[in-house]
Amino acid sequence: MSPDGASTVVAPGPAPGVTRAVPVDDARTDASLADGESFALGSYIRETAAGRHALDFMVEGVHCGGCVAKIERALAGEPGVTMARVNLSTRRLAVEWSGAPARGSALAAAVEKLGFGLVPYDPVRLADADKDEEKALLRAMAVAGFAAANVMLLSVSIWAGHFQDMGAATRALMHWFSALIALPAILYAGRPFFGSALSALKALRTNMDVPISLAVLLASAVSLHETLVGGPHAYFDSAITLLFFLLVGRYLDRRARGRAREAGTRLLALRAKAVTVLSPDGTRRALPPDQVLPGMSVLIAAGERIGADGRIISGASEIDQSLITGEALAQSVGIGDQVFAGTLNGSGALTISVTGAGEDTLLAEIARLMEAAEQRRARYVALADRVARLYAPVVHGLALATFLGWWIVGGLAWQPALLIAVAVLVITCPCALGLAVPAVQVIASGRLLRHGVLLKSATALERLAQVDTVVFDKTGTLTTGTPALTRDPAIDDASLHLAASMAGASRHPLARALAGAVPDAPVAHGVAEEPGRGLSLQTATGEVRLGSRSWCGISESDDSGPELWLARPNAEPIRFGFSERLRDDAEAVVAALQARGLGVELLSGDRPATVAAIAGRLNITCWRAAQSPADKCARLAELADAGRRVLMVGDGLNDAPALAAAHVSLSPSSAADLSQTAADAVFQGARLAPVLETLAIARRAGALVRQNFGLAFGYNLLAIPVAIAGMVTPLIAALAMSASSIAVIGNALRLAGKPRKNEGPR
Amino acid sequence: MDVLVYLIPIAIILGGIGLGAFLWALKSGQFDDMDGAAERILHDDDEEPKPAE
Repeated sequence: MSPDGASTVVAPGPAPGVTRAVPVDDARTDASLADGESFALGSYIRETAAGRHALDFMVEGVHCGGCVAKIERALAGEPGVTMARVNLSTRRLAVEWSGAPARGSALAAAVEKLGFGLVPYDPVRLADADKDEEKALLRAMAVAGFAAANVMLLSVSIWAGHFQDMGAATRALMHWFSALIALPAILYAGRPFFGSALSALKALRTNMDVPISLAVLLASAVSLHETLVGGPHAYFDSAITLLFFLLVGRYLDRRARGRAREAGTRLLALRAKAVTVLSPDGTRRALPPDQVLPGMSVLIAAGERIGADGRIISGASEIDQSLITGEALAQSVGIGDQVFAGTLNGSGALTISVTGAGEDTLLAEIARLMEAAEQRRARYVALADRVARLYAPVVHGLALATFLGWWIVGGLAWQPALLIAVAVLVITCPCALGLAVPAVQVIASGRLLRHGVLLKSATALERLAQVDTVVFDKTGTLTTGTPALTRDPAIDDASLHLAASMAGASRHPLARALAGAVPDAPVAHGVAEEPGRGLSLQTATGEVRLGSRSWCGISESDDSGPELWLARPNAEPIRFGFSERLRDDAEAVVAALQARGLGVELLSGDRPATVAAIAGRLNITCWRAAQSPADKCARLAELADAGRRVLMVGDGLNDAPALAAAHVSLSPSSAADLSQTAADAVFQGARLAPVLETLAIARRAGALVRQNFGLAFGYNLLAIPVAIAGMVTPLIAALAMSASSIAVIGNALRLAGKPRKNEGPR
Repeated sequence: MDVLVYLIPIAIILGGIGLGAFLWALKSGQFDDMDGAAERILHDDDEEPKPAE
């Protein structure tokens, strides 16, 4: 049925003269993989107990509980495995077995056979400081929550007592109990804020944590004083509840950021694939790409991604350069031709002499362009941080003015004046502000994750919401990257049938597309393939050839496009044209974007004729063809200078710098690893609709964040005058703070509840 | 009101037990994989990964 299936049918019985030696190739690929594993794994295996060993992997391709169960079950079926556990949040696998350390590679192979990518890592070296910090925040949050609940219980009694003549002694007892619980809890749970505030003050700066620390510490100190002198009001509950709410916000924020960063490191680690080096004595070794030196001979199996720049010294094949240049058509290559790292080898095995590796490759050049572009974007400051910069001085100024006003002008003693100033600090404290953004972000990123979109940057949502122009790459983004046969009514069925049955014997992308167009054509026997040129078949009437123009003896022409020719004895050669297949919903998505008033552009590295055809079908008026990575960056800079906020959607290596340079970027999960690393978010699946969904959710999230800021400011506008007037008792402070926090969280939750309008079947 | 002398400490101790349980769960790694824990409950069979012989 599928072209893949067709070629498997023919594989067991290759006719004499077939140059594509499948079994040999496969055996060699397997051998080099096994070498690579043992080479790579050795240093990662740890001995956990006598005779027991453990390994940790990052896993690629785990999306749901089903994958987790599949991997764990497969490993449980292996003899000797004592523990196998996949962490779905971090996409990591820990496996422990009793027996020889060398079993590790067999276990890894068992998982890889299921279709998951594995990269070992050292948990000690990757002992993330972030993870520890996240845990410390969670601990602080638990302590603050415990203390807040208990102090609040006591405070409610005190407040009730104000209306029911509670005795002074009982109230003092309650205050003392509150102090006993709150003070140690504040000292413990407030450390994340105190530390950050202290380091900011040391550097003569101020940040959001300075007013927080000041409010909490001053409120505690003043309350302790009130307790000592038997005063009526203590703010222990305000101080500890404030800390609890802020810790919730801080924890959510850290989790969203941590997830984004984790996605980044995982992609980076999965990038490094071993290269098979052929030693002068004929033995093979697997080396990491950065240890490959110019002059070495490197083996490239059929279908393998090339790991170094080099010149072909033996073999012939075709090279899929689509990730590098955006060109959909595979190039035929032979001895002496230059190949580049990152391109995909076709049907023939190659040996190349390395001309550049590691930092010298075209790939590394692209990576450098990308880094330069990224540095420019790193200057983006999140909205919350911009608000915080304004916030601290204003709050401090207000509190100080209140204190001085009541003390000097109002004629109060300094203690009551300070109490009022503390009330101002407490009530303006950025509870709502601290929760406003993280709550929305966590809900939005969780929702995107369910739709197969992985956010990698913490500020991506905010930037996505500002987008007014969308720039697409062509190959692999708007199109599926695989060619499809263009039906030509002039071609009779018999010729098509013959061509398809010959094509079934080849793995060349065009041949597979041709065979796929006529699924019921039997695979012809006795087809010989000349890698990179074409197929031939001896029949009773003579030789039939299927392949390139030169293979079929037809003169070259410039304007060819992807094509195959069928040459038969005593008949006119027939041309089979191919066009790229658009993603199923590409037209709908582009139309929807245009309907929303977004500018849509197409930047491709492919030839003008092909790009024009695609742009025409999608109704994109602004397109550029034959763009180098630098050209794409330049065009994005031009748009940015014109004040446009550009979303770049691309998958190729040639897009990576542009992805990094754009205001915000998306790439499909089929993209080159480097592009996924450069993009702010990665989407899964064969459809393009996640682009629309991501933009829609980002816009809603942006609107909610602004609403939440509005709510928080509105609350402050109401509360501050009351606080400055000295009318805020601990009861009012508690009510106001909780009300504003609940309001912003409730508002953020609207994002989770609202059903989406443009949800399609998945 | 004398009863407060018993009740308040009891309330605090009970809360403290809850806090202690949470901190223990955190320390023993039960909060390391929140997404996975949500999915694991849906796995059909409760086959042990492998009996530790």
